[in-house]
Amino acid sequence: MSHSLVNWFKYASPASFYPLAGRLIPYFASAAAVLGAIGLWIGLLFAPTDAQQGEGYRIIFVHVPASWMSMFVYCIMAFWSALGLAFKTRLSGMMTAALAPTGALFAFLSLWTGALWGKPMWGAWWVWDARLTSQLILFFLYLGFIALQSAIDDPRRADKAGALLALVGVINVPIIYFSVQWWNTLHQGASVSMTKAPSMAHTMLAGMLVMALAFWAYTIAIALMRVRCIMLERELSSEWVKRNATE
Amino acid sequence: MLSVTQLTCQRGERVLFQDLHFELPDAHWLQIAGANGAGKTSLLRILAGLTEPVQGTVLWNGVDIGAERSLWHRDLLYVGHQGALKEELNPQENLLFSLGLEGFESSPAAIRNALQQLGLHGREHLPVRYLSAGQRRRVLLSRLLLRPARLWILDEPYTALDVHASQVLTHQIEAHLQQGGSVILTSHQSIPLSGGSCLTL
Amino acid sequence: MKSQHAAPFILAIRRDLLLAARHKTEIVTALFFFVIVVNLLPLGIGPDADLLRKIAPGALWIGALLATLLGLQRLFAPDHADGTLEQMALSPQSFTLLVAGKIVAHWLVSGLPVVLIAPVLGLQFDLPGRSLGLLMLSLLLGTPILSLIGAVGAALTLGVRGGGALLSLLILPLYIPALIFGAGAVEADLAGLGAEGHLSLLGAVLVVSLFFAPWASTLALRVALE
Repeated sequence: MSHSLVNWFKYASPASFYPLAGRLIPYFASAAAVLGAIGLWIGLLFAPTDAQQGEGYRIIFVHVPASWMSMFVYCIMAFWSALGLAFKTRLSGMMTAALAPTGALFAFLSLWTGALWGKPMWGAWWVWDARLTSQLILFFLYLGFIALQSAIDDPRRADKAGALLALVGVINVPIIYFSVQWWNTLHQGASVSMTKAPSMAHTMLAGMLVMALAFWAYTIAIALMRVRCIMLERELSSEWVKRNATE
Repeated sequence: MLSVTQLTCQRGERVLFQDLHFELPDAHWLQIAGANGAGKTSLLRILAGLTEPVQGTVLWNGVDIGAERSLWHRDLLYVGHQGALKEELNPQENLLFSLGLEGFESSPAAIRNALQQLGLHGREHLPVRYLSAGQRRRVLLSRLLLRPARLWILDEPYTALDVHASQVLTHQIEAHLQQGGSVILTSHQSIPLSGGSCLTL
Repeated sequence: MKSQHAAPFILAIRRDLLLAARHKTEIVTALFFFVIVVNLLPLGIGPDADLLRKIAPGALWIGALLATLLGLQRLFAPDHADGTLEQMALSPQSFTLLVAGKIVAHWLVSGLPVVLIAPVLGLQFDLPGRSLGLLMLSLLLGTPILSLIGAVGAALTLGVRGGGALLSLLILPLYIPALIFGAGAVEADLAGLGAEGHLSLLGAVLVVSLFFAPWASTLALRVALE
């Protein structure tokens, strides 16, 4: 066994990951705050007013990164799930469980800001656009995952069942996305695409990327906090938790 | 031979037993004793390969039971707490299906014969719904006669049996041991069998 | 060698069909549910024949989804309750094959009757003869997908609190591609476009679920049995 592999498995155990996570949280939290401030400054103040859409378009600086993150977080959950099923590491299931609420939050944020943007642009809160519809279904997938995990009492079973569901979901997400687009073209519904804002300027792209990084840092910080709580809950009786409590 | 090393079992947050070691050679039997909730059934389920232990290994003739699952299950006959009997089907149908799903051929005559030995003569065609608890146990135990296996794992086999049926079961176990088979069982009663060992959880 | 593997698979189907035959009311109830749900739509929308013809494929397909969901809760639950599932998991035969047999039996009992009765309901919605055949074909390709994906959900929620509602929450989003391609095939035909594209995509989804679903259900069942 190589040296690096040993190290990797060392951090896969809750007892050694708990303090590591604790040390990492402040860095990611402050990165999220700083990047978020810069991103909002670019988005709300620095970027020029759009000729056609006026000031209302500025919501995309939250909307687009939130949509990206909601899809990305689901992929990460599937990654942890595959790892957990293959190597039976306890940490994987905890990470998946810790990420799910944040992913659902971003999916909801994306839907909400989409509706807020849609009202002035299209005159309707909801349009059966392919992206919006897929986002809604992704939100349902998150809710299903959270509901399944919270309905199972035994944490080991909850982890495995959740991991299977996440993997089944991630196989389905591209199929669902494709089928919804197919459906949309058949019915010739609203063809306005949100991310294809007219002539996306460099500053807009930069603003969105910085916001995406901020959301990313936020996700990591929150997931680490949540995973620490999950670890304490699940391993209350173990030695390392008692040691930590007395420290 | 079944060998168990460093077995740890956890249910939820509670550790039921840890660092369990034992070996069961061929032609021997082992009783697992312990208070209610001590983890007897959990142990049997780990041995059968239904539950994965938190820690430890179970070897059958030197091979990990998880590695060669279908070989292990060919040698194993597990009769659990629950009946695995369908209320809507009669004993004959129940046995035909349960043997068939495990890939064993059996003739209706052989099944009728086994049911007769356990004193279920004339009830072969009655839906299990109409049988008493003891009679259902007997239907289950007739699997012991019909399905060839080298190790029997029996969870509370004597429960709900009358004197006659208990004797039949004891004879079956003796015959199985004589043929070189081995048996693991849980029971609250003392077992009228010579030899054997007892493991208390 | 082949027949050796086929025997338990076929026996698993036969067993579930025999059990279903002793519970005939359950099959009839699910089918009746399908008929009622589909018949409620015109009552809610109005008897406009043009509108009804337009919504017919979607209405029938959604009826089929709900009717499948109804039977799914009983796919594994009784076998789990009486320990049969445990015996299957301990069988020297492939557990996946036995589970596949159960899924096939479920489709024969819940999917096939829906396919067969669909044209009658299609007539109520004033669908032309050609579309009726296409509707049956789309359901014939699509209802096995519903049973296959549903089996994964049924296995995941086995013995879990509030299993029925949870099952719907998990499974209905995954049914969307089948719904879109299945209902879309009939709609495209009604609109004068070809239905081949939809049908081949539906077939592709069927192949993918045939490949993954029995295996995923088996894994989920092993987790549920622990």
